[in-house]
Amino acid sequence: MSESVSTAEAPGAGLPPQDGGPGVFQRHWTTIVFLGPALALLAVWIVYPTIRTIIRSFYDRSGDEFVGLDNYQTLFSDDTLVTAIKNNFLWLLVVPAMVTAIGLVFAVLIERIRFSVAFKVAVFMPMAISLFAAGVIWRLMYEKDPSRGTINAGIAVVKDAVSPPGALQAAQPSTDAVEVVADGSLVLETPLEPGSVAQLGLTGIRASDVRDDAVQAVVPEPLQGGITGVVWRDFKPGGGTPGVLEEEEVGLPGVTVELRDVNGRAAYTAKTNPDGTFGFEEVEAGTYRAAIGAATFAVPYAGVSWLGERLITPAIMIAYIWVWAGFAMVVIAAGLAAIPRDLLEAARTDGANEWQVFRRITIPLLAPVLTVVFITMLIYVLKVFDIVISIAPGSVQDDANVIALAMWRTSFGGVNDFGLGSAIAVFLFLLVIPILALNIRRFRREV
Amino acid sequence: MKKRWMAFALLVGALAFVAAGCGGDDGGPEGSEDITGEISIMAIWGGAEQESFQAVIDGFTDLYPNVTVSYTSGGDNLAPLLSSAVEGGNPPDIAAVGQPGLMQGFAEQGAIQPIDDLRDEIVDSFGESVADVGAVDGTQYGVMFKGANKATIWYNVASFEEAGVEPPETWEELLEVASTLKAAGITPFSVGVDVGWPITDLFENVYIRTAGEEMYDQLTNHEIPWTDQSVKDALAQMAEILGDESNLAGGRETSLQTEMPASVAKVFSEQPEAAMVIIGDFAPGVVADNPLEPETGYNVFPFPSIDGSGPAVVGGGDIFIQFRDSPAADAFLEYLTTAEAAEIWAARGGFSSPNKDLDDGVYPDEITRATASGLAEAESFRFDMSDLQPSAFGGTPGAGLFKAFTDFVANPDDIDGIAQQMEQEAARAFG
Repeated sequence: MSESVSTAEAPGAGLPPQDGGPGVFQRHWTTIVFLGPALALLAVWIVYPTIRTIIRSFYDRSGDEFVGLDNYQTLFSDDTLVTAIKNNFLWLLVVPAMVTAIGLVFAVLIERIRFSVAFKVAVFMPMAISLFAAGVIWRLMYEKDPSRGTINAGIAVVKDAVSPPGALQAAQPSTDAVEVVADGSLVLETPLEPGSVAQLGLTGIRASDVRDDAVQAVVPEPLQGGITGVVWRDFKPGGGTPGVLEEEEVGLPGVTVELRDVNGRAAYTAKTNPDGTFGFEEVEAGTYRAAIGAATFAVPYAGVSWLGERLITPAIMIAYIWVWAGFAMVVIAAGLAAIPRDLLEAARTDGANEWQVFRRITIPLLAPVLTVVFITMLIYVLKVFDIVISIAPGSVQDDANVIALAMWRTSFGGVNDFGLGSAIAVFLFLLVIPILALNIRRFRREV
Repeated sequence: MKKRWMAFALLVGALAFVAAGCGGDDGGPEGSEDITGEISIMAIWGGAEQESFQAVIDGFTDLYPNVTVSYTSGGDNLAPLLSSAVEGGNPPDIAAVGQPGLMQGFAEQGAIQPIDDLRDEIVDSFGESVADVGAVDGTQYGVMFKGANKATIWYNVASFEEAGVEPPETWEELLEVASTLKAAGITPFSVGVDVGWPITDLFENVYIRTAGEEMYDQLTNHEIPWTDQSVKDALAQMAEILGDESNLAGGRETSLQTEMPASVAKVFSEQPEAAMVIIGDFAPGVVADNPLEPETGYNVFPFPSIDGSGPAVVGGGDIFIQFRDSPAADAFLEYLTTAEAAEIWAARGGFSSPNKDLDDGVYPDEITRATASGLAEAESFRFDMSDLQPSAFGGTPGAGLFKAFTDFVANPDDIDGIAQQMEQEAARAFG
């Protein structure tokens, strides 16, 4: 079409007629026009930077002095960089396999459930957000404080249901007269006998955490043949005098007080009144210690430190797998749909059970698709960067480090050592090359 | 077009009249129509800050009607932008940088022009120690027009009232306030150690008080090692707060994972998780949807004195430097040393001026007035030490000083080990 137009127009436009019609020049011209922009962009954005980076990696921080392989030596001797390399290999070992496996399981399962489209959409959805945004979401979910982090909130609900937090969580003795014993309960130092009055002053209790019915604490009268006492919030604005029951200091109602005998066994228990007082009538002769059991001081569940130095890498991997499992599922499901049903039917007719069909028929037929997913993930995982930087708090970025992050932090994150940064980039490039080569060979074979 | 030109001429005339009227006795800036030219300025300010700075520029062009000033915001990428502009031979006439190290680098390259003629005026307006921030090896290059006071502690007023405590003036009082707060069941401090720099600020504030300015400068230049006893003493002082996990909102682990803005939000809240946060004067700005009112909801007190130390401020600031010398650029820098220039931005808020001549009545609220006058009245002002270090040591998240201080929060008993770690990193960075 275009040829006929150009030949038709050529004489009109006054161009000299070409021998042999649309010739060699014109064909090359078309090639150049179509390839030119792409080649130019490749040269400017890929070829030149690659060469420049390789050269730069042999120079020092300032770029003035040739240092040979020094940067590469640093790469394998610096602690944080070695951690980055180790972490990246851990990523390579775990993540592509997990993503492929989970994708395969999902793909096989959704064939058998109703509402499979809804399920597919739900699993595929994370692909729609950027890795950085996914990282921000997971960072919030991983927060240690159960009132902020979703995951710890879930664990806390279960934990606190099993062992509920106490009424006076963070309470502490106000003076040395009350000691904290090994099991977490508070015990009054002075032994008690019938007729004694016990005073247990506690601090560290928020005014708003005291029960509403609490009133000014009072020291009860001694009781003939019994033991009385008071448990009170030994604090008033400004601090007051620790150990002395003063005006404005309220009793702590509803606290279970134990009288422990010489063997440490709870012989009697009683609950405190709104003014903090408690009393045991008719106590057998002997010496006792007044105590408040550890359950009263049980603190609520504090949360798993997902973002701490030990769990950070697994935590990031989970988030990354969450994002990519959908991609793997969709690709594998497409491969699954292309498997000829009659092969599966034939196997079943021959008496194979479902596991055997899956293991011996489905997987071998899916192998090319699984390989694509696996190799794609290998490349992506080698380059993993944004999700690590967005999830890992600065204090553990050394522990969560991966090669690409190390490259960025070394080059731009403040160290500003472009020599070492380039060396890391080249190292990463070398790691990716064999996988790329593998992939290109596969493309060739398929074509 | 013609109409606009006439309006402009009228305005210029009117302003020249006003300027002539109020110039003279009070030593205010005197404009001139003789100076002509164009100057380009680059700084980080964008958004509301850009509008405020534009107002300062307008104040200048009112005085110098024949000078055209164009401003470009470099945003957070200002440093690399300037470096590459210098490399490419096309820097702006004037730029405001937040890192003295960057200024020093430009001075060594010969990329910026000395302004020694202005030295006396700068010392008059800002005092010796602020003026020195803009000097490299005795040559004046810059004017620190905008300051930041990092010697501040913010507190939740309701929490202080509940525990019945007053803002402390000495370190002992601070510890007492902390223990009273704890007795009331309130966690005293919120710290955001995620990246570590808030702890470097705490260290610098302690160090300038316990070791003094001279040693502060020596440590800054790595003339004394980080294993020096003075460093260990300062760390021990910090451990009086950081060493006790019950002082920290959420405990140690949570603090290590808390980002700076979140640590401030824990105090600036109707249900505060802690009563105090030790952070610079920018604190209210980092809390999104701050539910509290200044003064009645949150307030600020100066970093307390330690063993009778005088008022000292560790802070930061934006230093104006000149890449190309011209009468117009000189006039602009001179204008920045005047109280009138500072007043324009100060009245608009979000600005602390180190200018001693500025009447603190112009600040829009009590809190800015308190932090800004702390800055102008400090007996000694020192630039944030970590900002003066080679960036590999003092400015890199997860490395150098930042890393050492997060490790210190994780393990505050190991003072010798931390000091050694700092010295190793410093020795490597200083080469």
